[in-house]
Amino acid sequence: MSRIGVFICHCGENISRTVDVERVAREVGQLPGVAFSTDYKYMCSDPGQNLLKKAIQEQKLSHVVVAACSPRMHERTFRKAVEAAGLNPFLCEMANIREHCSWVHEDKEEATVKAVEIVGMMVERVKKNRVLPTITVPVTKRALVIGGGIAGIQAALDIADCGHEVILVEREPSIGGHMAQLSETFPTLDCSQCIMTPKMVDVANHPKIKLYTWSEIERVEGYIGNFQVTIKRKARSVDEDKCTGCGVCMEKCPVRKIPNKFDCNLGMRPAIYVPFPQAVPNTPVIDRENCIKFKTGKCGLCQKVCGPGAVDYEQEDILIVEAVGAIVVATGFDLYTIDEKPKGSLIKGYGEFGHGKIPDVVDGMTFERLASASGPTGGKILRPSDGKEPKQIVFIQCIGSRAREKGISYCSKVCCMYTAKHTMLYHHKVHDGQAYVFFMDARTPGKSYDEFWRRSIEEEEAVYIRGMVSRLYQKGDKIVVMGSDIAVGVQVEIEADMVVLATAIQPQKGADTLAQKLGISYDKYNFYSEAHAKLRPVECATAGIYLAGACQGPKDIPDTVSQASAAAAKVMTLFSKDKLEREPIVARVKEAGCVGCFYCKKVCPYGAVEEKEIRDRQGNLIKVVAYVNPGVCGGCGTCQATCPSKSVELDGYTDEQIVAMIESL
Amino acid sequence: MHPEKQKHAFEPKIIAFVCTWCTYAGADLAGTSRMQYPSNVRVLKFPCTGRIDPVFILKAFQQGADGVLVSGCHPGDCHYIAGNFHARRRFAAFRKLLEFVGVDLNRLQFSWVSAAEGGKWVEVVTDLTEKVRAMGLMTEFKELALEEQWSGTIDTPELKEAYDQI
Repeated sequence: MSRIGVFICHCGENISRTVDVERVAREVGQLPGVAFSTDYKYMCSDPGQNLLKKAIQEQKLSHVVVAACSPRMHERTFRKAVEAAGLNPFLCEMANIREHCSWVHEDKEEATVKAVEIVGMMVERVKKNRVLPTITVPVTKRALVIGGGIAGIQAALDIADCGHEVILVEREPSIGGHMAQLSETFPTLDCSQCIMTPKMVDVANHPKIKLYTWSEIERVEGYIGNFQVTIKRKARSVDEDKCTGCGVCMEKCPVRKIPNKFDCNLGMRPAIYVPFPQAVPNTPVIDRENCIKFKTGKCGLCQKVCGPGAVDYEQEDILIVEAVGAIVVATGFDLYTIDEKPKGSLIKGYGEFGHGKIPDVVDGMTFERLASASGPTGGKILRPSDGKEPKQIVFIQCIGSRAREKGISYCSKVCCMYTAKHTMLYHHKVHDGQAYVFFMDARTPGKSYDEFWRRSIEEEEAVYIRGMVSRLYQKGDKIVVMGSDIAVGVQVEIEADMVVLATAIQPQKGADTLAQKLGISYDKYNFYSEAHAKLRPVECATAGIYLAGACQGPKDIPDTVSQASAAAAKVMTLFSKDKLEREPIVARVKEAGCVGCFYCKKVCPYGAVEEKEIRDRQGNLIKVVAYVNPGVCGGCGTCQATCPSKSVELDGYTDEQIVAMIESL
Repeated sequence: MHPEKQKHAFEPKIIAFVCTWCTYAGADLAGTSRMQYPSNVRVLKFPCTGRIDPVFILKAFQQGADGVLVSGCHPGDCHYIAGNFHARRRFAAFRKLLEFVGVDLNRLQFSWVSAAEGGKWVEVVTDLTEKVRAMGLMTEFKELALEEQWSGTIDTPELKEAYDQI
């Protein structure tokens, strides 16, 4: 006979406000098998846990149900406490009476009745729980970092500096990401290249970092400590080992007029190219769509001029498999584009601001390239249409951001600050120019941020106009910007030479596809979801996968670097152990009933089901049954629901447990 | 602020089978966002919708449930790679079976609710509660003996049609 202990948490007032916890404890105490039931203000606190441990020992409890918050929050906490008191941790279950009950209902009677039923259901379940042994698995002490922007670079360097091997995968021909595109950075106006490129070189020279650029993640298999990652190395058409980076091929390439994506299409590049001179690795890639050799079979000039003979037109995409124990996802952001229609948006793009139609209306990143010393204008701020210096420039904030009708209701976080920076850069370079900024609110939380923003107004004379732009049109070589100043309550009309739009930050295109390969969750905007918004901000709910940078939400450089280092620290915590305990939620075959149909093998997404021969003492084959490799099993239970003879069971979710729960209702 | 709560003569009993990674987390999110919804649903957590045996649905109806909800990750988002596809296939066939024995399929709802869709969880639960409340008490199944059916691998136009209806 089981002696179940039930502990009802008040969660301060979070539960007790709508659930009569004393009544729940009283009613549940009457259930058969329940030996002890009580309520306490904070079960997760130290005294709460001690109460639990003491009760287990004094009352000689055999099973425990803690009715509190979601098991996603504190199941581990309570299982640990139960273990400390000498019980197997899997004899403890949580009843979720906060997220699923007290927080979503107002009527106290209704919520209390529901809470009693939820707890009762878990009481019936826990009776059928079995002692489960902990399973230990080895840890492969190598990490994979996806994305070679500042987040990925920081995480890779931190992990590699601890002596662990890192595989850094970047989709583009060079690492550096968006930070390499920036001119200066707020709030100190350091040159972005000056702080970024040394780190890129560190990555290239680090003996523990294996760098795969122009590569993508094809497939991810396995689990924490033991992932197998298939990486597609796209054909570069240039042998990385032979190439010396002399650049002769790029000089001789007859195709010259391909807009360079790195320069926001303002500059031109040849068909064999590195995206920017400081690229790491400094190995060109052939853009096969535009290369004459690939289009017509003629040309081949680059191959002829290449001294070391590195150009290889025959190169093909190859797949390589790497074994890693942890994965850091650092895929960064993309900017909201003119023709895009985000999920849930009523409107396509932001055509009302003339971007794409009026050449001198540009986005913030384009302005960065114009202001950058290594940019297409050599750092001179010149407008794209006629190369003239703009004397009146208008910056418009919140293009897409905080616009629910465009399907983006979040704040992009960095635009207020980078626009303040833009007004400064502009004023430093065009002394007689005037900058105007249309804004909704100036959001400047961060160390030295507000001071920086004030400086743009007080010292650099930017005129801030609180209000949005209603209309914008070309008139001669001017752009007329009409808007309202809601602080003064007047209409404003500015004849500008150039307009810069602070477009919203979005996750990288294809972020959802990558998430599906990794088995991690993402929100409605495709930003990756952390395991807990406050307490586990760098871990994914999927064990062994960590997040860094803007792929998780809009972030500036300091926050990105902090998060990347935090993710690296998490990886190192994992790597500090040789063996890893994993949840023993795995499937087991009851060999007596198994008829060897192997439907389970067909449906198993992990390939964990093997065939096992059962022989008698003379060695004669009796039958072939299924065997689930517990190291490979992911614990989904699809095999159990499929098995026609009910001969496979998922520990922790057995038919007995589930039926007991249903029957309690 | 809140509309006056209506008292109903009949409160249906609804059992929800959900996966832990998407829908359970989505329901948690509804909680953390303090959204409000009818208290008729009791949630049973599974690792994956792939684990949900159709027998559980029958069992729930036998046990007096007036409605059953099965909800998991969106196609392609399964934490276990493909468990939800197996579930979809299984339930597509199972629905046909239930229809054949005369169960009103409005009592059995399937949905995809992700970890980020707290609002959708509220919507699904509210709609199903309203729908089942209007249909009234479900009694037919309590008397039916439990009998398991298993469909094997089939791929017919009817099955495809059934997929599309989910």
